Amino acid sequence: MNIRINGENVVLSQGTINLQELVTGKGLVPERVVMEVNLEIIPREKWATVYVREHDQIEIISFVGGG
Amino acid sequence: MEVEDILKIGDVEINNRLFVGTGKYSGNRMMQDVLVAADADVTTVALRRVDSSAPVESILDYIPPKCRVMVNTSGARNADEAIRIARLAKASGAGNWIKVEVVADSKYLLPDNLETLKATETLVKEGFVVFPYMSPDLSVARRLADCGAAAVMPLGSPIGSNRGLRTKELVEILIHEIKAPIIVDAGLGKPSDACICMEMGCAAVLVNTAIAVSGNPVEIARAFRMAVQAGRRAYLSGLPEESIRASASSPLTGFLRDDHKSA
Amino acid sequence: MDFYDTFCKNKDIDFINLFGALSDRDVERAMTRENMGLMDFLTLLSPAAGKHLEPLAQKAHETTLRHFGKTIQLYTPLYVSDHCDNQCLYCSFNAKNPIARTKLTLKEVEREAAFIAATGLRHILLLTGESRKESPVAYLRDCVGILKRYFHSIAIEVYPLTEAEYESLVAQGVDGLTIYQETYDEKIYDRIHQSGPKKDFRFRLAAPERGAGCRMRQVTIGALLGLSDWRKEVFFAGLHAHYLQDRFPDVEIGVSVPRLRPHAGKFKPLSIVSDKDLVQIIIALRLFLPRLGISLSTRENSQLRDNLVPLGITRLSAGSSTGVGERIATGGQYDAFRQFEIADHRSIAEMIVSLRDKGYDPILSDWCPI
Repeated sequence: MNIRINGENVVLSQGTINLQELVTGKGLVPERVVMEVNLEIIPREKWATVYVREHDQIEIISFVGGG
Repeated sequence: MEVEDILKIGDVEINNRLFVGTGKYSGNRMMQDVLVAADADVTTVALRRVDSSAPVESILDYIPPKCRVMVNTSGARNADEAIRIARLAKASGAGNWIKVEVVADSKYLLPDNLETLKATETLVKEGFVVFPYMSPDLSVARRLADCGAAAVMPLGSPIGSNRGLRTKELVEILIHEIKAPIIVDAGLGKPSDACICMEMGCAAVLVNTAIAVSGNPVEIARAFRMAVQAGRRAYLSGLPEESIRASASSPLTGFLRDDHKSA
Repeated sequence: MDFYDTFCKNKDIDFINLFGALSDRDVERAMTRENMGLMDFLTLLSPAAGKHLEPLAQKAHETTLRHFGKTIQLYTPLYVSDHCDNQCLYCSFNAKNPIARTKLTLKEVEREAAFIAATGLRHILLLTGESRKESPVAYLRDCVGILKRYFHSIAIEVYPLTEAEYESLVAQGVDGLTIYQETYDEKIYDRIHQSGPKKDFRFRLAAPERGAGCRMRQVTIGALLGLSDWRKEVFFAGLHAHYLQDRFPDVEIGVSVPRLRPHAGKFKPLSIVSDKDLVQIIIALRLFLPRLGISLSTRENSQLRDNLVPLGITRLSAGSSTGVGERIATGGQYDAFRQFEIADHRSIAEMIVSLRDKGYDPILSDWCPI
């Protein structure tokens, strides 16, 4: 499955994967990131039920220092 | 004796009028030490794409619990991008305090006031508590306050320049004319700069670079804290008057001593 | 929400105690303040400030020069009707005064307009007595239709109108509104306005902001000095002007400082405003609101007017006549029935010369619509 994560092309080997699995698979703490799929913000509660689809554009955002 | 002097934003009460940004620190530990030393009640963070190669610890875990987080929209080049970042921030659970920062100028990093106004209008309607960062312009400040901005944040000088309050004349006008709190953001390089802002009647100041890039961030944070307190106290106590210029030679009221029919 | 809310928040100020507590030092402190607040304004109106008039006058003069230069805007009133539905104890137009009433025909309005315009003056203040029946908005519109052929700026001083009515007059060419509250003391207001629509204090009080909201370029307010304690009256007029400046930054707000003059009725001023008081009033207004327009009418004599100009005056009326149709009917002689007596009889031409002699630039046409 070909998707884009944070602007980069990614090929996923898994057949089906939900957002929760995607985040934890990257070693991220779910409470500390936000996810946007095709410009739509997906609330954290729904991550386990939203599955990644072919050509999805996913943004995983977290906090950094800023003024 | 401490004077009861609280800045209220909505229902939130803020004791410390020094807001501290979290950018440009050598590490999260140092940033945390600074927030503690400054005794900050309000701090700012930004949002970025997760860097897969970087450590997974989050900056939020280093922010003291008493410190309210304001998410800035830095990186936004127009109103739509700022709005998108604000919505992401809210979804993250970071609260609804947003510093709208729209910069489309990579040379001086000066804000785009028109896009800032557009973003502020939309975000206020969506229930955000909006702190627009702007170039000090009275008309725009009026519109920002009219559409419900929680405060107006004029720049003292370009971001990161440490040049101090170069916009003094304009900021003074904003303080005088705008009912919303005026918070000077950007460019303050020294504690004395922050003190001047507070003496003039600013509601707060936001400092980041001057602390983060100092040789001793913790010490300078304490100094900024004291400077803000000093300036605020001076403002509240009413500054002593400057001496009156000597009277001009030709009196303007001499005619009152003449005999006057209509007196 | 209108000015009445702001007014109510301040109307119970204990002026006596407040003034009593002010010292010379307080006056000196207020004097040096760059941006004055309400407390500073009160301080400048206090008896204590009366002892510092010369240094205050110097500062007021400097402030005026800085904001306006040595310019004085000239205007002249044009009374088109003296019919009035109100009974105001202090005014000759009082509905109960047994006088013959006049209302100019449009032809007469045009003759007066041409007569005035021949002096070079391009600012006119259109006045009527307050009668909706005799001088309805339609009549005012017709008058404005004529006046705009002769003048660049047309202000009105008529009964308070609704927003829609102000809008219709602005559309017709009106760009200025003058309306005095007369007194900000509600009790006195009620007592001296014995009958007529003018009894409605709040409708009148909100008239300036209704006009300002309709893109008037200039709104002038004021209290008729002598109806109540002048310190309070000027405080509320200043508060009102401040409120208008804040809400309508695009409108030039002005305050007029008319003193009660002798007139056809037998009304005696309830409070005396001396020349010295008038000086303090102008200074306090100028220092509190540096950008404020301050008008002085021909109620005051020429000598006093000349002396008051440097303190903060920005607008003077000239060549005035306060009787309807007086200019033409009497060929410039003054013997008609008038709203109030004129003390400065200088013609517009004389006024121009007098101002130029003092180094001032008389402005006959400030702004010409494009």
